[in-house]
Amino acid sequence: MAIEDDVLVVGGGLAGATAALAAKDADPDARVRLVTYKQSTLRHASGLIDVLGYGPDGDGPLVDPFDALVNLPESHPYRRVGVDAVREALSFFDGVAGDAYAGNHTDRNALVPTAGGTVKPTARYPAATAAGLASDERDALFVGFETLPAFDAPRSASHLEAAGVPFSTRGETVSFPGIDRDDAKLVRYAHLLDEDERVRTSGRRMGARTALATAVDARLGEESRIGFPAVLGDERPAEVRSYLADALGVDVFEVPTGPPSLAGMRLEDVLFDALSDDGVRVTAGVPVIDYELVAGGASESDGDRIDHVVVDRHGSEIPHRADQYVLATGGLVGKGVKSDRDGVFEPIFDCHVPQADDRYDWFVDDVFGEQPYARFGLEPDRDLRPLDPNGEPEFSNLRAAGAVLGGYDFAAEKSGAGVSIATGYVAGTRAAEEVSR
Amino acid sequence: MATDTDVLVVGGGSTGCGIARDLAMRGLEVTLVERGNLTDGTTGRMHGLLHSGGRYAVSDRASATECIEENEILREIAGHCVELTGGLFVQRPEDSDAYFEEKLEGCRACDIPARVLSGREAREVEPYLATDVKRAIEVPDGAVDPFRLCVANAIDARAHGARIETHAEVIDLLREGDDVYGVEVRHDSGPGTRVHRTPGSTEEITAEYVVNATGAWAGRIGAMADLDVEVRPSKGVMTIMNVRQVDTVINRCRPKGDADIIVPHETTAILGTTDEEVSDPDDYPEEEWEVDAMIDTLSELVPILTEARTIRSFWGVRPLYEPPERDTRDPTDITRDFFLLDHAERDGVAGITSIVGGKFTTYRAMAEEISDHVCEKLGVNASCATATEPLPGSENLEILEEGMDDFGLRSPIARRSKQRLGSRSREVLETDEANPVICACEGVTRAEVRDAVSQSGSDLNAVRIRTRASMGNCQGGFCCGPMANELHPKYDEPTARAALDELIQERWKGQRHALWGEQLSQAMLNYALFATTMNRDEDPADAAEPLEYAAFDHGGR
Ligand SMILES: Cc1cc2nc3c(=O)[nH]c(=O)nc-3n(C[C@H](O)[C@H](O)[C@H](O)COP(=O)(O)OP(=O)(O)OC[C@H]3O[C@@H](n4cnc5c(N)ncnc54)[C@H](O)[C@@H]3O)c2cc1C
Ligand SMILES: Cc1cc2nc3c(=O)[nH]c(=O)nc-3n(C[C@H](O)[C@H](O)[C@H](O)COP(=O)(O)OP(=O)(O)OC[C@H]3O[C@@H](n4cnc5c(N)ncnc54)[C@H](O)[C@@H]3O)c2cc1C
Repeated sequence: MAIEDDVLVVGGGLAGATAALAAKDADPDARVRLVTYKQSTLRHASGLIDVLGYGPDGDGPLVDPFDALVNLPESHPYRRVGVDAVREALSFFDGVAGDAYAGNHTDRNALVPTAGGTVKPTARYPAATAAGLASDERDALFVGFETLPAFDAPRSASHLEAAGVPFSTRGETVSFPGIDRDDAKLVRYAHLLDEDERVRTSGRRMGARTALATAVDARLGEESRIGFPAVLGDERPAEVRSYLADALGVDVFEVPTGPPSLAGMRLEDVLFDALSDDGVRVTAGVPVIDYELVAGGASESDGDRIDHVVVDRHGSEIPHRADQYVLATGGLVGKGVKSDRDGVFEPIFDCHVPQADDRYDWFVDDVFGEQPYARFGLEPDRDLRPLDPNGEPEFSNLRAAGAVLGGYDFAAEKSGAGVSIATGYVAGTRAAEEVSR
Repeated sequence: MATDTDVLVVGGGSTGCGIARDLAMRGLEVTLVERGNLTDGTTGRMHGLLHSGGRYAVSDRASATECIEENEILREIAGHCVELTGGLFVQRPEDSDAYFEEKLEGCRACDIPARVLSGREAREVEPYLATDVKRAIEVPDGAVDPFRLCVANAIDARAHGARIETHAEVIDLLREGDDVYGVEVRHDSGPGTRVHRTPGSTEEITAEYVVNATGAWAGRIGAMADLDVEVRPSKGVMTIMNVRQVDTVINRCRPKGDADIIVPHETTAILGTTDEEVSDPDDYPEEEWEVDAMIDTLSELVPILTEARTIRSFWGVRPLYEPPERDTRDPTDITRDFFLLDHAERDGVAGITSIVGGKFTTYRAMAEEISDHVCEKLGVNASCATATEPLPGSENLEILEEGMDDFGLRSPIARRSKQRLGSRSREVLETDEANPVICACEGVTRAEVRDAVSQSGSDLNAVRIRTRASMGNCQGGFCCGPMANELHPKYDEPTARAALDELIQERWKGQRHALWGEQLSQAMLNYALFATTMNRDEDPADAAEPLEYAAFDHGGR
């Protein structure tokens, strides 16, 4: 006996969550399950949804990412699924994210200030970041906290000026009211504001929100917007932002920071809330470790058929059977792609990972050069089924999505979340369609 | 003619810094010039073993005796740079009994405390030793932090009036007839601490006496005054593991060989090494087989090494010296002793001496001998005090341990800061300002980073060697940016940016040799943090063309 579903998605990052939601959307009657192991890369990621910031030769930043998709090589995941599917997937994401995200009013990329003081092209950004765009010409004050060394507001501000932003910037550093340990966790800051906890500042007790507004007001000049590191609330970020905006009489925004990244965690919450609303069953904290083929079944023309996968639930091996499978276990960071001294491999199904034989050919000497290791991952067909070394599908009922795919360098292109959403959407939709057929 | 300084020391490794301190304490005016950061040569690229002498107890008893003497002195004068780990010479079933006995006898003859442990006893000390290890000899090996020790010597030399110039490369020796009277240096960014983007300059520094302490590079300096110094640079690899699989130095008990020692170091364990002659100490191949040999051979002693995560590898070049009359083929046969080459005696050129060969462990004794020699040349009558005067950071260590509060930090971090700073802890860490952790892997706080910046200018690699920030598991992925933040506003933004880029590139260099398994995943994470989150690879501030902001989404405004 095995646990039975129609579609089983392995991996609960952006790609896996999108695939499960898309499968349910394509066929609301399908039984969809998502099995995921550890925290996804959203904990590290900035929460921005990049589609394409730079072209294949590093040209950019690109104003219109969609225009540029056709220039990518045939093997790129975007070309595998096609430009229309990328657009469709993105509007699917817009529907899931709702008010939490902005940027869908235009095809153009937005330039978002980074914590280090550069700007980065991205297609969708959290609502919390919307007032911070670098093409908005209003002057901006950046405020950092002396106990959060990753964001140095004065340095970021002068870096942005060096980057030529069309407004004046200034940075100020204040101490965060209510934080009395130098090593307090990031969520502690957010919770102080969420709960508006009473804190003591200069001998008086008041709510943390008021205390922060007071501390910042003293530093505010003529600027009409203020950027903070992304700590403005975990549970109630919109409320915290609007409180501060009202108290200070300016727009308030967050500069993506992390890890840990509160913006990424908020996106994770949005996705998992949607999964539970849509009736996707989620099994978290356990890894898929193995699989079995359909017993005695002659190999099909389009690859072997997976009968079930094996989930390790705290030592016992539980079979999970589904009609269709989606592999969304992430890349090198998510551990969907692993390696040892002898080679790079995909640990569950041992799908083919193109690679140079000699590990000294996996890298180049310039840290930001064209790094082969950044492109490690599976090579899919147009249906997103991973291919074996001969270019044939490895399995007839397995599709792959997200960072487990290879052939693109998301860090150089700025395409991480976009590829996960596009391929997750297509893999989930096709999986559900094939079940209902 | 009055000279600029009494003695000019070329080279900021352990030898040069040791000499500078010794001579400055004897009251001489000293200037030390180093082409990179302190320890940029072999000293910063060695294994970190504080020899008990056990390694030389069979092959070279004179060196072994000197090692144990200096080992005991350094424990006293540099307690904050040394960890008393103890060491084992481990015998496997296939290793010779006769050699084991010789080793034991050699240790005893050289007054190196030595005790034989059975295989079982050895595994009680080090549980990860292979189950078939036969027996072991326990000796007082230790681990030493070469960065901290070298910098402490330099700080103390400066406290005694010395001028220490880093990023100052000697480009010529000033020679008139048969007399060397100084050097010409090129300052990378003007004299004083290095600040990125400050224009360079050259300077002639005249001296009564020049000491060439450039180790593997000594031949090059010699050549500037047509002097032959026959250094035979020999490279060796060291591979760093992410945790300490062992807490004791593990040596293989057999005659010389590659990959025969593991040294626990701070949070890591370092495997080593190889021994191969190279022609150019600045440019030699760093090879895959060397890294593989470390893991494959040393896992015969500690089997879990095959599974473990390595975080980077690095190479160093030994400044081996071959006196002209000898003709040794194999570099492992060249003596590890040091040589003082008095060029007046040797070549008829006065005013300069070269030092080559030797070991880190015996740097102080070497410096003493050389300083005696220089004093004799200059007719100065002053005696050496370095064997008894503690280095800065090592005064009153016991009192420190007893009486110090935790500076408001969680204790593991406070403990590690205290270990690094020794008796300077109070001075550095006592601050009214917020003191958050900058490097979580190594537990380095803002106060420590700023203290290092005050010593070394805008150079983050110099901050790194002083504090260990960015040297842990993440190899700087999380802390390079925050380290650069600490430069601002003391240094302007473009300076901080240049320093950041240099640090990122330096950290990448060693990771390339550990790019598989966990560390390849870490490398991808770091790449994503720098390139995706920060867009560090496509910074418009570094671009040739201004960015047309108006063409992009302005949020509907
Ligand atoms: C530091 C960083 C910053 C980034 N910043 C941005 C950004 O600014 N903009 C942008 O667009 N993108 C960004 N990205 C990229 C993006 O966040 C994701 O990496 C990308 O979308 C990949 O998502 P994924 O779902 O494919 O994989 P992951 O997020 O890696 O998720 C994979 C999931 O699968 C699980 N898993 C793995 N193996 C198993 C198994 N055997 N059984 C069950 N579950 C398993 C993992 O535990 C994990 O939860 C960033 C990435 C990183 C690392
Ligand atoms: C692989 C390896 C492992 C080792 N392990 C140990 C060990 O565990 N224990 C131990 O005791 N010893 C060990 N040693 C030996 C020890 O590291 C060296 O003997 C010692 O560090 C040499 O120090 P030094 O100051 O003479 O040379 P260096 O540290 O090389 O100093 C010479 C300096 O001169 C500078 N320089 C060069 N050219 C110029 C110029 N033109 N102008 C200005 N400056 C210049 C260089 O940048 C360099 O910093 C090891 C050596 C190697 C290679």
